[in-house]
Amino acid sequence: MASVSASPFSSAFEYAPAPESRAVVDIAPSYGLFIDGEFVEAAEGRVFKTVSPSTEEVLSEVAQAGEADVDRAVKAARKAFEKWSALPGSERAKYLFRIARIIQERSRELAVLETLDNGKPIKETRDADLPLVAAHFFYYAGWADKLGHAGFGTNPRPLGVAGQVIPWNFPLLMLAWKIAPALATGNTVVLKPAETTPLSALFFADICRQAGLPKGVVNILPGYGDTGAALVAHPDVNKVAFTGSTAVGKEIARTVAGSRKKLTLELGGKGANIVFDDAPIDQAVEGIVTGIFFNQGQVCCAGSRLLVQESIQDELLDSLKRRLSTLRLGDPLDKNTDIGAINSAEQLARITSLVAAGEAEGAERWSPACELPSSGYWFAPTLFTNVTQAHTIARDEIFGPVLSVLTFRTPDEAVAKANNTQYGLSAGIWTEKGSRILAVANKLRAGVVWSNTFNKFDPTSPFGGYKESGFGREGGRHGLEAYLDV
Amino acid sequence: MSDARVDTRPDTRLSVFKTYKLYVGGKFPRSESGRVYEVSDAKGNWLANAPLASRKDARDTVVAARKAFGGWAGATAYNRGQILYRVAEMLEGRREQFVREVADAEGLSKPKATAQVDAAIDRWVWYAGWTDKIAQVVGGGNPVAGPYFNISSPEPTGVVVVLAPQESSFLGLVSVLAPVIATGNTAIVIASEKSPLPALSLGEVLATSDVPGGVVNILSGRTAEIAPSLAAHQDVNAIDLAGAGADDGLAKELEIAAADNLKRILRPQAVDNAHWFATPGTERLTAFLETKTVWHPTGSLGASGSSY
Repeated sequence: MASVSASPFSSAFEYAPAPESRAVVDIAPSYGLFIDGEFVEAAEGRVFKTVSPSTEEVLSEVAQAGEADVDRAVKAARKAFEKWSALPGSERAKYLFRIARIIQERSRELAVLETLDNGKPIKETRDADLPLVAAHFFYYAGWADKLGHAGFGTNPRPLGVAGQVIPWNFPLLMLAWKIAPALATGNTVVLKPAETTPLSALFFADICRQAGLPKGVVNILPGYGDTGAALVAHPDVNKVAFTGSTAVGKEIARTVAGSRKKLTLELGGKGANIVFDDAPIDQAVEGIVTGIFFNQGQVCCAGSRLLVQESIQDELLDSLKRRLSTLRLGDPLDKNTDIGAINSAEQLARITSLVAAGEAEGAERWSPACELPSSGYWFAPTLFTNVTQAHTIARDEIFGPVLSVLTFRTPDEAVAKANNTQYGLSAGIWTEKGSRILAVANKLRAGVVWSNTFNKFDPTSPFGGYKESGFGREGGRHGLEAYLDV
Repeated sequence: MSDARVDTRPDTRLSVFKTYKLYVGGKFPRSESGRVYEVSDAKGNWLANAPLASRKDARDTVVAARKAFGGWAGATAYNRGQILYRVAEMLEGRREQFVREVADAEGLSKPKATAQVDAAIDRWVWYAGWTDKIAQVVGGGNPVAGPYFNISSPEPTGVVVVLAPQESSFLGLVSVLAPVIATGNTAIVIASEKSPLPALSLGEVLATSDVPGGVVNILSGRTAEIAPSLAAHQDVNAIDLAGAGADDGLAKELEIAAADNLKRILRPQAVDNAHWFATPGTERLTAFLETKTVWHPTGSLGASGSSY
């Protein structure tokens, strides 16, 4: 499948296809659950298929964990906990360093695998996801033998068995965010990857095997929402960590109510990207594109609400539209591709219906000329103008490549509009004026504020939301707290 | 006419009772419901009629606490510290009153009640010192792998509902209230149901301690009646379930209600009265903080940096 773009710029200088080879990854026709160091079939024998979102090709058949499997995995993790938590931190650190190194060695293979299973462009898995995955294990490896210095008392203790449920937008990165701090602090793990992207977690199981990680320390249970619900509700799970939608997050909070399980939630967002009239326009346009079109906008901290100072609206929108016309949508394995496939038919339907609501409510829709491949799940980069704060597309998280443009006149108005949401995960500020950056950043109710940049991540930097974007932080010293008895 | 003077003083002077009132938005309203309930000392003797706050009273406190949040959160940490210390100063001056109230409320001897009150005053001083230090202890620069200035700072989470401990009517109360406001949150306190009088008197102290109106709001009444509407309130950001104590059913109900807007929850711990005497850790400070991380490019002065 060739990359497709009909922009006047790209047609004059068409790129030759530059596909990354699939040969570096060997996907088996079927996978089991990973429990107590072994791949095993699901107790009820159920399986499900995982497909490539860009072609709808079936990649593999994966065992689907049920309640009995959850129980088996939690028992294995409980048994492993005793020895794992008793290991000197320096020994746990070495296992994590080994994992980090093996991820680096196998990073090309994992990047291709992730692109096949998730649909995101290879340039993102190769240059963003995989380096960050390895970096997270390196970072938390170094904490394992220094927990007494982390500011949580001289002898912070692990919680026990961690039940972790992760989403499909960054399958391996979310796994790293969950597993690295859990193991560093001495917990054992039962992790449920998303039903549309189970493969990289199962490859990670093989990395655990190569690293010689003791059996039962990490268990992987592919499955759907009911598997996650059974894991979260299991009475012998001590800690629940979830990344995903706000609705499911609330359901989980109700499930663990009264149980004294420690809970952290990384939920949805509706990030404001605020551009002031003195912002460097070209840089801001790049930041806006990164903010909303990275990973097809399937990012909880996506800058999906663009707040532009009224005086520069026309100039900025012209630049932005010109830039969007150069984005290349198509084969995610092509190294020139900017916009890959939407992760699933279900997600595509959700985006489509919210965009239809935007049009029905009177916002003005624009997309660059863009031909979509005939198979797979695709959505063209989309921009809405004439958007008000009351519009559904300005309030609900779309989780797709859809940007709403609103305007403001004064910094106070920008802050008021940025904060006018139940979410509080991310925000962006674009201005040359340092004091304005600090003043606005101070007033924004968001866990991460990017000024003159956007969508930057680092294992040393805590990430997490205010308000209904969830509680707890992942990354940095702060990320340790979620897995310690503090 | 006789010029003999008549002594009008009675043999024993009739004391003046105090009408205990709620503390909401810096004012002292009676319950809008007009209800009161009887508060007795440990031996069952009548002490006073305390307001029996209603759900409407509770909603009013949320409005007051929200209104006060911006100013209090935006005050300098130094200023907040000064005000918390001022509370200790005011309490010191009314020490005897609180000793008497705590002794009555909890059935303690005077020395034991004195120890409680002294510890509570000292706790205000301890937390006064924390206001301008917590950011340095739990925040800081993050060494990201790239040319970015990246800093994490704690910020108050917002309006916090505090279910005050049921047994420790004053020291326990102060131990859960002071950390909430030290970090810039505003607070709604549901006083100990059985022994609300020291809490209501604390409102009078706060009102004269430069604590802006609405920063602390104090309700008395039935915890199980008032707390659910606050746990479900969409404009409340967090809840400390200390006062749900032994009532696991209530705690669970409140946690379920709190999930609706993902309130931060400090889960109840079973503690005895001795617990409140121990020097606290930072847990109650950090439980009601958010971490904000700000990124900014640093630019680059050339690959090799300076040549110092």
